[in-house]
Amino acid sequence: MTTSTPVIAGWFTTGDDPRLLASRCTTCGTLVFPPPPADAASFCRNPVCDGDDHEPAELSRTGRVWSYTDAQYQPPAPYVPATDPFEPFALAAVELPEGLVILGQVADGYGVGDLSVGAEVELVVEALHTDESGDRTIWRWKPVIELGEETEQ
Amino acid sequence: MSSNDKAIAVAGVGMHPWGKWGKPFVEYGVHAARAALSDAGVAWSDVDFVVGGETVRNGYAGYVAGSTFASALGWNGARIATSYAACATGAQALDTARARILAGLSEVALVVGADTTPKGFLAPNAGERWTDPDWLRFKLLGMTNPAYFALYARRRMDLYGATSEDFAKVKVKNARHGLENPYARFRKEATVADVLASPIVSDPLHLLDICATSDGAAAVVLTSVDYARKHGLGGAGGPVRVEAVSTVTPTFPNTVIDMPLLATDHAAAGAPERTFKESIAHAAYEEAGISPEDVDVAEVYDLSTALELDWIEDLGLCKRGEAEVLLRAGDTTLGGRIPVNPSGGLACFGEAVPAQALAQVCELTWQLRGQATGRQVEGAKVGITANQGLFGHGSSVLLAR
Repeated sequence: MTTSTPVIAGWFTTGDDPRLLASRCTTCGTLVFPPPPADAASFCRNPVCDGDDHEPAELSRTGRVWSYTDAQYQPPAPYVPATDPFEPFALAAVELPEGLVILGQVADGYGVGDLSVGAEVELVVEALHTDESGDRTIWRWKPVIELGEETEQ
Repeated sequence: MSSNDKAIAVAGVGMHPWGKWGKPFVEYGVHAARAALSDAGVAWSDVDFVVGGETVRNGYAGYVAGSTFASALGWNGARIATSYAACATGAQALDTARARILAGLSEVALVVGADTTPKGFLAPNAGERWTDPDWLRFKLLGMTNPAYFALYARRRMDLYGATSEDFAKVKVKNARHGLENPYARFRKEATVADVLASPIVSDPLHLLDICATSDGAAAVVLTSVDYARKHGLGGAGGPVRVEAVSTVTPTFPNTVIDMPLLATDHAAAGAPERTFKESIAHAAYEEAGISPEDVDVAEVYDLSTALELDWIEDLGLCKRGEAEVLLRAGDTTLGGRIPVNPSGGLACFGEAVPAQALAQVCELTWQLRGQATGRQVEGAKVGITANQGLFGHGSSVLLAR
């Protein structure tokens, strides 16, 4: 069995119900993603709050597409292509109910044709690339196919 | 237009043509500086403040651009400063010069930006940089600059009904505008079919929707309005004046995702009154006491064709979602109601980061003097520039004559 490890620690949970991890100001509740490193001093981003203590907070798993695009050409390093030759992939900015828009790649097998502004997507965790330790995973946005559309297909 | 009491005079402007020669950026900068001094009729020895726009791709000389240019022109004892604000560098440099002039600490300031740029996608700094968002966006997402431009473009399509043909028409317009501009790098007409036939880089944007990176330089000589009057600088009709320089940062919460970030701020109570880009122009209008209806010509940062349409709305030149209407009616073309990017814009120049915001000021100065041969906006009295540097740098300059 291959090992899979998040490519970056502390930004998302894995398992059956994966979530992005924000940091939440314990004074005013303002959320920040990506979260600052756990040992970093963190002053609240809300300019009218003088809070300096924060805690991890799981974000909603589903959101609505704010916008989307794709990468038709291989991005420069430090991006590590998962395949050789490079295969284009889609990207989406997703608005979560909490009131943040968060970028992510779109799940394997989906492209811009599966997306529209306002459409619902859910968070999944997939392999970004493989290195000597095994699969390195990342959060991705997966289109939620409405029931009616699914039966039409 | 009557001047506000915080206005300063543009005594002279100069540029080195944009291109891709790979020569030292200092050569371009000195060329532009000498052109601006000559245009102003000011001797280098009379300049008492030099502001250089930093370039981050040319080693130490680029980090200390102010002293690099001062040294290359021959040490004259002037005070110096160096500014960096990514694409907004020129506006920040201009603002620094303006502050010393208005404080009475300097009489004649020279502001110079120049760059030599590598080919292809602008890539982040090397090394493992796990706390640098500009590194992380490539490492974790493969999110290039064109991908951000494409997000904004797609939103225009899905929300306002913009089409790929609309975006292509921006390119066609700007390519035509730049034909006669001696400083433009690309001086060739383009058709809608050319744009649509070019490969898609990041859907929906084609290669010809996206600006290139270029070498180039621009320089501006600034003085107080009194100094210009006393020395007869700026031409017979009096000098073009800088009426406002807006270098505002966003106001929390910033709800539009900005390059190179991975997320927006948390807007628990909904979106604020103005987006960041709207606030940039708003601050310039407020500072100058000028309103969008007074504007005759605009130079905006068309990193992509679609982004020009966003800026037209951010500048208040039409309502949100209506920029395509202006474009289709020919209002933003030379001879139209509010010509946008008469220089040809980034479509014809390509981006030379620390020089670009100054190049916008050079173009508007020529426009307001009636010297923009082959691309003149007839009777232009008020012009505005717009631009945004990554990591929260606003840039808008209002000029009037």
